[in-house]
Amino acid sequence: MIAQLILEGIATGACYGLFAIAFVIIYKTSDVVNFSQAEMAMFCTYFMYHILSLYHVPFWISFLATLGFAAFLGIMLEYVFLRPARHSSTIGLIGITLGIEIILMGLAGWKWGAEQKEFVLPVSYSSTHTIFGDTFISDWAIALFVTTACVMTALYFFFKYTKPGIAMRAVQQNMYAARIVGVNTGAIFSLAWAMSSVIGTIAAMFFAAASTLDPQFMMTPFVRAFAAAVLGGIQSIPGVILGGLILGVAENVFGYVWPDSKPIVALIVIVLVLCFRPSGLFVRHYIKKV
Amino acid sequence: MKALLKLSGIETWHGSICALKHVSLEVFQGQIAVLLGPNGAGKTTVLKTVMRSLYDQKRAQPEKGSIEFEGKRIDRLKTGEIVRRGIGCVPEGREIFPELTVRENILMGAYTRRGGKDIRADIETVYRYFPILRERKDRQAGYLSGGEQQLLAIARALMGRPKLLMLDEPSLGLSPMMTREIFEIIRSINLQEGMTVLVIEQNANIALQYAHYVFLLENGRVVHAGKPEVMKRDKRVREAYLGSSDNSSP
Ligand SMILES: Nc1ncnc2c1ncn2[C@@H]1O[C@H](COP(=O)(O)OP(=O)(O)O)[C@@H](O)[C@H]1O
Ligand SMILES: [Mg+2]
Repeated sequence: MIAQLILEGIATGACYGLFAIAFVIIYKTSDVVNFSQAEMAMFCTYFMYHILSLYHVPFWISFLATLGFAAFLGIMLEYVFLRPARHSSTIGLIGITLGIEIILMGLAGWKWGAEQKEFVLPVSYSSTHTIFGDTFISDWAIALFVTTACVMTALYFFFKYTKPGIAMRAVQQNMYAARIVGVNTGAIFSLAWAMSSVIGTIAAMFFAAASTLDPQFMMTPFVRAFAAAVLGGIQSIPGVILGGLILGVAENVFGYVWPDSKPIVALIVIVLVLCFRPSGLFVRHYIKKV
Repeated sequence: MKALLKLSGIETWHGSICALKHVSLEVFQGQIAVLLGPNGAGKTTVLKTVMRSLYDQKRAQPEKGSIEFEGKRIDRLKTGEIVRRGIGCVPEGREIFPELTVRENILMGAYTRRGGKDIRADIETVYRYFPILRERKDRQAGYLSGGEQQLLAIARALMGRPKLLMLDEPSLGLSPMMTREIFEIIRSINLQEGMTVLVIEQNANIALQYAHYVFLLENGRVVHAGKPEVMKRDKRVREAYLGSSDNSSP
């Protein structure tokens, strides 16, 4: 029983972590906490739902088209809304992302309605395999683990070995220096938003498949992924994944012991971390030499 | 002699402060030019104006005047294009990438270039110039000492294969010995690679020893220019920058 709780916690936690990666990429590159992340992912998931169920486009083609759409949406939103305001205050930038959130939520409600829709992935939440005893794992969870591992591996190689990846880290660490060696920082921002939107959308597909699709379906996962990111220090990708896993397991175990506690675990985590360890659990501090 | 870089009547503003007032200067091909001046004179602003790295790239800057490099106007180009044309810079305070490794920092210097093979060969050349960087190549640059970071910033600028290398106060915060080492390196790069150099300095003592030509900047104006021998004899320069008015024979 406890094994099952932990396993399911890890699966949900991986999903929080995956989604948290999305806003870590934007936060690190441009210092913007993107509160529209959830709605960007929600909108793209609707896009996929639309072409899957209305035009009956094959799954893999819809999947790739959706990722392309997500990249486009990310690039466009950054270019239209954030870039002209690059020099505004943090609070101003947060305001802009909240504005984007409201616009996307309104658009989705207007286009697809407020009712809950069923979003189906080829990997089902209810098709399960027994591991041992009464502990089992679903196709959904297996696919999620594989996807998370792939995304993390891809990101590792991207940031370590590719020119745009190293340049993105360079922009994160010292934008002025990046510019004087000739980096087009605008292009790096576009890339960061595209990557973030794509990864957020992948996570949202898993959330939608595990629950339902409606304009609000990403709100709760967003808060929990945010808690995961705060826990992991909103700085490092392995850190937020770990934060996600810890949160997922904690939620499941506490939720089992006190059934009413599940929704508030994430909020308690945010408050506790911000009070006692505001930089997160897994952040090494680099001290700038003068 | 041919001017590689030529600023004519440059005027640059920081908001409502006029930091450069009609600055004109020429850096000649193959020489080491030094831009000397006290704190706040506008030296860094000269470098940033040339690189077009002040504020946003969209804003027109400088407000007035023109900058020519190899006889072509560059004052409306983007920073990336200016780097591609052949200007490299070592900014004030080094501005390395603290959490990239030394090797990745060096690699970033070649950002505007193509061709992995040439770049790898140049990394080797840079390591030969600065063996300490080879020793530290996998370490995070933020953990290097100040002097090592300065070498790294120079190495990074060299990776762009510049025709003109600009250095902003390379001696800042370094020991006299390290400062001398940096200037020796600047001289050997100038001699061996025939690279033109513009050094920005407050430290007149050392700068005058290595310069072929000196510009004196005060309050955003070039108030004096000439060969170092001439400058050393100038009474005002000796009083203000060499800290003495009697000894130090020219
Ligand atoms: N970003 C900035 N905003 C406003 N004023 C600035 C800025 N940078 C420099 N200044 C002003 O411009 C003048 C020249 O500065 P600077 O070029 O940094 O001088 P230097 O490098 O010779 O010490 C100074 O009066 C300084 O206060
Ligand atoms: Mg300066």
